[in-house]
Amino acid sequence: MSINPTAAVPEIEIAPPHEPLGQRIWENLRGGNLGSAPVILALGIMVLVFGLTASNFFSAVNFNNIITQMAGTTLLAYGIVFVLLIGEIDLSVSYVSGVAGVLVAELQLPGSGHKLPGLLAILLAILGGVAIGAGQGSIIALIGVPSFVVTLAGFEIWQGVIQRTITQGVVVIQDNTINDTANYFFSTLGGWIIAAVVSAFYIGGVLSSVYSNRRHDVPIRDPWLVAAKVVALPVIVFGTVAICNHDRGVPFALLLVIAMLLIWTYVSKRTTFGRHVYAVGGNAEAARRAGINVARIRILVFMISGAMSGLGGIVLVARLNSADLNAGGGTLLIDAIAAAVIGGTSLFGGRGEVRNALFGSLVIAVIANGMNTLGYTTGIIFIVTGIILLLAVTLDTIFRRLQARSGR
Amino acid sequence: MSKSFGSVQALIDVDFEVRDGEVMALVGDNGAGKSTLIKCIAGIHPADSGEIFFDGEPVTIHGPKDAVSLGIEVVYQDLALCDNLDVVQNMYLGREAHDQFQRLKEPVMEAKTAEVMKGLAVTTIKSIRQTVATLSGGQRQSVAVARAVLWNSRVVILDEPTAALGVAQTRQVLDLVARLAEQGLAVVLISHNLHDIFEVATRITVLRLGRSIAVYEREKTTQQEVVEAITAGTTSKVPGMARIAPEELT
Repeated sequence: MSINPTAAVPEIEIAPPHEPLGQRIWENLRGGNLGSAPVILALGIMVLVFGLTASNFFSAVNFNNIITQMAGTTLLAYGIVFVLLIGEIDLSVSYVSGVAGVLVAELQLPGSGHKLPGLLAILLAILGGVAIGAGQGSIIALIGVPSFVVTLAGFEIWQGVIQRTITQGVVVIQDNTINDTANYFFSTLGGWIIAAVVSAFYIGGVLSSVYSNRRHDVPIRDPWLVAAKVVALPVIVFGTVAICNHDRGVPFALLLVIAMLLIWTYVSKRTTFGRHVYAVGGNAEAARRAGINVARIRILVFMISGAMSGLGGIVLVARLNSADLNAGGGTLLIDAIAAAVIGGTSLFGGRGEVRNALFGSLVIAVIANGMNTLGYTTGIIFIVTGIILLLAVTLDTIFRRLQARSGR
Repeated sequence: MSKSFGSVQALIDVDFEVRDGEVMALVGDNGAGKSTLIKCIAGIHPADSGEIFFDGEPVTIHGPKDAVSLGIEVVYQDLALCDNLDVVQNMYLGREAHDQFQRLKEPVMEAKTAEVMKGLAVTTIKSIRQTVATLSGGQRQSVAVARAVLWNSRVVILDEPTAALGVAQTRQVLDLVARLAEQGLAVVLISHNLHDIFEVATRITVLRLGRSIAVYEREKTTQQEVVEAITAGTTSKVPGMARIAPEELT
């Protein structure tokens, strides 16, 4: 016997799952679902203020500088978003990235007896990050040690490993493949081709999802919003490429940042794995009862964090053409976590998106760059960044409470 | 479906059955063994001894997966929904429709969810794409029940579905329970609220101190009689009491 839900019950008009856009936005706000709105607003204001006050802020050279400066941190922050989504934390990302940076530098070292081709060295360094993530994730997921402690231990351990490995103070990277991850710029034509391909992929994706919805008679919410997106994204993409081409061209690092954004957004939003990540962060017990292997999801998330730390670490050392004792140090950890949180990823798990990391990272980079141009010292910049982080977390907490209230 | 087994204390030779298209209420005081019985049926605790018959065939339930594959779904008291996910996502939680590349088939899930919601006449939910956090208690309970129906289940066990709800929302959920039975499902309703039970139940099983002591037809009994069976107020009127030795009651 199977249940036929349409039989035996008189046709009852179900409220259409289609409401005006304004009302949806209001419902989202009421439900504590702020998304990226506040951070984009803040970013717009900052760009405007710095553009009007700092003389060199609005220039193609400076735009490319900001992009290459923030690329490594942003890659780390993508991993952090996944970790925050399951309601955990990873404090080891900075020194895991340092380890990967040192690893890639050592593996390409001429005259060391193990000089590997650049691409292979990069691959192995990323795998190193994945392995560290798998180890730490297993301790967290299988034994149940809090992630805060495990990754804090990792923070210490991997810092120690870096100091033990680099005995001469610095390892110079001569391999061009590795250095290009941070320092290569595409030609003007190359930039336009990238813009065209990215736009085509995006429009193709939107259209196929619209087609799929039509085929299943699922109403398309806000056709105007869909149309606006299809127009707006290519405009942004081509605009960005135009700015980059004004200077040295599109940096490879930007391509890397965008490619990773697309890949991880796809994984988190369109695959069963991504759905389970959100479920574990929202209610781990419910996820377990629904048959989701919670431990497996947790380990995989820490592996993603490790992989992104590895990739980010490679870009960071490549920018300096060398790995030194400071690899993974400084404000890297704080910036990576702050980027995810400022971007709107909840520290309480289950809410946030991969793109939050990019927006948050942009905010931090724009503050540092703009205030630097205006002649402020690093002390002031830290204070301002700290205040913005505090604001972001406060907003998240307030809206979480609003959400709990609107549920009743 | 009949089930009997003797365990150390929790359940002693309990007989319990539920038929297609009926609401069988399971009542009893705290510690009477209601939850234990449900967990045995759902495969969470294995029974020490006893038999389970499904469609007259003896079956074995070793774990939750066995129960699910037979078509037995439990709607737990604490709901087990993810607040941060929307209605569709919760309906398919852990059993998402996907292709061979693990890509989600979102339109398939959305269309089917809309169909089930419509079939159960759950009309108060504005959009099946809103997060569960924005729903009222009754709506959340409806989602949890609808999730059980979505999987073509045969037996739906509801553990205190109205415990935390107000009057209007209780009404909503009770209507839903009645509709489940109308559609031919076997429904087991656990509740402390006799008023609710007398509204929707077809039959009532009373558990006391780990024993099933009576099964009443709703039509042929009164709340008074059921209360007495639960509390052992007037033992003379309670069938089955003769089987229990007096020292066991103290």
